[in-house]
Amino acid sequence: MRIKPKVLWFQGITCNGNTHSLLCANPSRMELFLNSFDLIYHPSLTTQTNLLDIINSDEKIDFLLIEGAISDDTKFFSILNHSVKDLLSKLVSKSTYIVSVGSCASYGGIHAKFELNDDITGVQNSLGKKLTSKLKHKVINLTGCPVHPEWILQTLFIVKSQGKIQLDEEHRPVDLYSTLTHHGCTRNEYFEWKVEPEHFGTKEGCLFYNQGCRGPMTKSSCNKILWNGVNSKTRLGMPCIGCTETDFPRANMLETNKNIGIPAEVPLGISKRAYLSITGVAKTFKISRLQDKLINYDE
Amino acid sequence: MKMSVGNMYNYFSSKEELAKYAIKYSTNIVAAELREVNNMDVSSKEKIFIFTRRYFENVKKSPEIVEYFLRVYLSNREVFSNGCEGFLCVGDFVTEVMILLEEGASKKEFREQDFFTAFSMFMGALGGFAFLSGENVLERDLMEYSDEIAENIYRALKYED
Repeated sequence: MRIKPKVLWFQGITCNGNTHSLLCANPSRMELFLNSFDLIYHPSLTTQTNLLDIINSDEKIDFLLIEGAISDDTKFFSILNHSVKDLLSKLVSKSTYIVSVGSCASYGGIHAKFELNDDITGVQNSLGKKLTSKLKHKVINLTGCPVHPEWILQTLFIVKSQGKIQLDEEHRPVDLYSTLTHHGCTRNEYFEWKVEPEHFGTKEGCLFYNQGCRGPMTKSSCNKILWNGVNSKTRLGMPCIGCTETDFPRANMLETNKNIGIPAEVPLGISKRAYLSITGVAKTFKISRLQDKLINYDE
Repeated sequence: MKMSVGNMYNYFSSKEELAKYAIKYSTNIVAAELREVNNMDVSSKEKIFIFTRRYFENVKKSPEIVEYFLRVYLSNREVFSNGCEGFLCVGDFVTEVMILLEEGASKKEFREQDFFTAFSMFMGALGGFAFLSGENVLERDLMEYSDEIAENIYRALKYED
């Protein structure tokens, strides 16, 4: 029987959100994952061994998955009287592939905003160039808050079968992060014709104009690989808060920053002049089909 | 134009089409001026002063262009209701006004306000004064009013703590 690659899930400073996300994976995909990989340790699951035993053994790890931010400061956070960075360094020295699962592991996320400890950062930054340059493969960043479970599984399966995965400048897999969240949003027609929703929670309208939606400037496949296989935030009516980008979290995430009624930021790669030319004309037309409620329910 | 009236209809299918082309033509001249000013590395206040001067120079040099806008385009909306409604034929110019206002507000030179109220302060003052010039009621040369009008526009837009 072929030996299954060993996977270890390590948690740093985290809310556990990516663990929740992983456990919400499509059941048949999760089954395939468990049949294809050997999950030797996860802090939230029952496993046959514990973290320190693995660290102190000669056992090698094929895929080290890290959830949460990293810090060397034990004043605020420690695991088994070790700093997160100390344990991480020991695990990295035994591992072939390093995968940062989530925004906190990728670049520090919300924890990096904690002003009393400026040591909190992501995996890649914490390890430094000296350590990461020795790795067989660059650190893979799966940004998102949380990461879609399928992004985790797809990444593992690709690397397992091909030994590598193509990454963008933020070390994110290009297969998952090459398009914008906007791509595939069912509200795109409202975006094209600049139709704004009256308030939160409506089926109609584009959330970019007033509600802070970052879909047109955020790279993710949220509207291509749907959540729970059925929906996405923006389709449902919750603006994209840009959680796969390194400036997340930002202030006032449910408001569109405007200057004299004009969005301060325009869709990625489009000049402000081009964007304003198109929207100025689009706004001119009042298309009743898009102005009306999609469904008028009987009272 | 050294062209007979009849010959015009070899190029335009109707009077309405000719009218639409004329408004696009005249607007694009002003839009090109404002685009050039927008691309200058000067403050938004200076941009208002420079554009106002250029706009008035155009009014003096080619009064028929502004006259056409004021007396034909704004007064005969029914002619432009099909294919030239809203910003459709004046989009290039409106875009440049948007860029001027947005950049001024982002640099905190202009205060935050609704786009249309800001737009009307800008274009209302320029268009109104061009109308007065066309009526020959001004006591001084048009260019002598340029900085005063620009100052008024700036004061209507400027940032306040």
